[in-house]
Amino acid sequence: MATTKVFVPSDTSARSLGADAVATAVAAEANRRGLSVEIVRNGSRGLYWLEPLVEVLVGSERHAYGPVTARDVASLFEADFLAGAEHALALGPTESIQYLKKQTRLTFARVGIIDPTSLDDYRAHGGYRGLANALKLTGEQVVATVTDSGLRGRGGAAFPTGIKWKTVLGAQADQKYIVCNADEGDSGTFADRMILESDPFVLVEGMTIAGLAVGATKGFVYIRAEYPQAIRTMRAAVERATASGLLGNDVLGSGRAFDLEVREAAGAYICGEETSLLESLEGKRGVVRYRPPLPAIKGLFGKPTVINNVLSLSSVPVILDKGAEFYKNFGTGRSRGTITIQLAGNIKQGGLIELGFGTSLREILYDFGGGSATGKPIRAVQAGGPLGAYMHPKHFDTPFDYEQFAAVGAMVGHGGLVVFDDSVDMGEQARFAMEFCAVESCGKCTPCRIGAVRGVEVIDRIRSGDNETANVALLRDLCDTMVTGSLCALGGMAPFPVLSVLNHFP
Amino acid sequence: MSQAESHHDAEIRQLAEARAAEAGALLPILHAIQDRVGYVPERAVPIVAEVLNLSRAEVHGVVTFYHFFRTKPPGKQTLYVCRAEACQSMGARALESYARKKLGVDFHETTADGRFSLEPVYCLGNCACSPAVMVDETVYGRVTPQRLDEILA
Repeated sequence: MATTKVFVPSDTSARSLGADAVATAVAAEANRRGLSVEIVRNGSRGLYWLEPLVEVLVGSERHAYGPVTARDVASLFEADFLAGAEHALALGPTESIQYLKKQTRLTFARVGIIDPTSLDDYRAHGGYRGLANALKLTGEQVVATVTDSGLRGRGGAAFPTGIKWKTVLGAQADQKYIVCNADEGDSGTFADRMILESDPFVLVEGMTIAGLAVGATKGFVYIRAEYPQAIRTMRAAVERATASGLLGNDVLGSGRAFDLEVREAAGAYICGEETSLLESLEGKRGVVRYRPPLPAIKGLFGKPTVINNVLSLSSVPVILDKGAEFYKNFGTGRSRGTITIQLAGNIKQGGLIELGFGTSLREILYDFGGGSATGKPIRAVQAGGPLGAYMHPKHFDTPFDYEQFAAVGAMVGHGGLVVFDDSVDMGEQARFAMEFCAVESCGKCTPCRIGAVRGVEVIDRIRSGDNETANVALLRDLCDTMVTGSLCALGGMAPFPVLSVLNHFP
Repeated sequence: MSQAESHHDAEIRQLAEARAAEAGALLPILHAIQDRVGYVPERAVPIVAEVLNLSRAEVHGVVTFYHFFRTKPPGKQTLYVCRAEACQSMGARALESYARKKLGVDFHETTADGRFSLEPVYCLGNCACSPAVMVDETVYGRVTPQRLDEILA
């Protein structure tokens, strides 16, 4: 009897909607009917309104059904879904679902397709070709390839990755480090989590390439404590890669060393800021450092350190595999390659959308997202996390591009979009931005530590109608102090959502 | 000192010593203690400080800086309710009040019967399936008050 492959995602979001119960039900129902199925726990395709999204391999094509609950499983078998048959939940071949078909998946090429625990699966889908190419090049050539690709830091700051690497390559030291910032704390973002849970080896490979390029022999992945599954998956991937000679003293038989260690964060938002992350890795309070010196010169334990976001490092393998030109050909202006947009909040079709830069916000919200989940008009979109501006519908035609977002006072950041319908109280959102900054401030600099607390108080006075004009002027003044006087982006950018509310949602 | 406490002391020292040689060992050690004991008891501070040759103030400073480390025993289970923007856009504020009322405690508190601790969390990365909560390490998405009742039942 032929065995049919059935894919049931193991990603946290899919599981949060009952994927485990679906997997159990599929196994039980197949058993009851005497049918042979192999259940693969793949990652998520990122079509979250369809999760749990169950796929069946029919011939060489995967057919999708979703959203599937455990209660639907018997009827799926009844309809012969193992043969790709029609059913109320049938979505047809997965690759022809428009939301997915319209995307350009480079960094996310394997996410949702492979079994994240399988190194064989990773290699069968193009994995480790980038590293194989990198091993034929000098460190300078690898760094030049990354620079030429136009890749900019996907964590939010958009600093050219190749330039960072070049500084570390040029630094003289007995020890250098690669640090991956996987402290994805921005609300509305989950792309890092998806990589960590659904394609962990791409990050292992990207960090290995970085290590070999700049001469670092040790890497750390700093993952937030709120992502227990990502931590487990990543640790398992590091173990497997080490056991297979892809990490260790002799990477792929090259005679060169690179080791990785996964470290668990402890719930401080500020540790997503790179210098505070380094302090935390050193076992200290996550207090921001003064710059200079840059981490590239004096980073972890005082040594030259490449510190990059998960998505930046995970984009490196495809760049080394297909070349800088290939990657650079996607995108627009100075924003090259692809951006992984995370569509979240009050949206009908939320999920992960990887596209070349240049698509407008409106297309994302309406063509992909299908409008708000509640069906009410979209009132505002917060782009780039809790420190990002609330974008007004008059700005929805802005194309995804670092500079064009900045031109309307917004930021692409880590690519997260949180959608609000017209029931939102924008004053409350402005207050939250300050409240969040007060809770998460590391306390090192005064504008942030005290300014955020005062910000909440002033907003409360404005909202209660107390001396409104004077207090709005005071709030603007306070925002100015925080923006110009804070040591890092937390205090320096927390005023942006507040100002955007004042300016566009009076 | 009770027998259980002295047993903990020995265990804490062992956990600290096992990782003391690692670079930047303090956070991994505190995680190991919390995983084993359920929280980081005040009595762990001088032990860890001694093993790592740090001052008590330094260790105390680190324990109290990070939201994730608890210094009191938690309830049997911990309910984390996401308070961040994506969840707000889908009714997290109402869910949060419901959870407080249902459990009869505020954030950072534990129910009188010791069953649940309630903690705020700023993002579980489940933002396309908001609002989200987590019970211990299990995340739930699109949580309504009714669904929360089922989850906590």
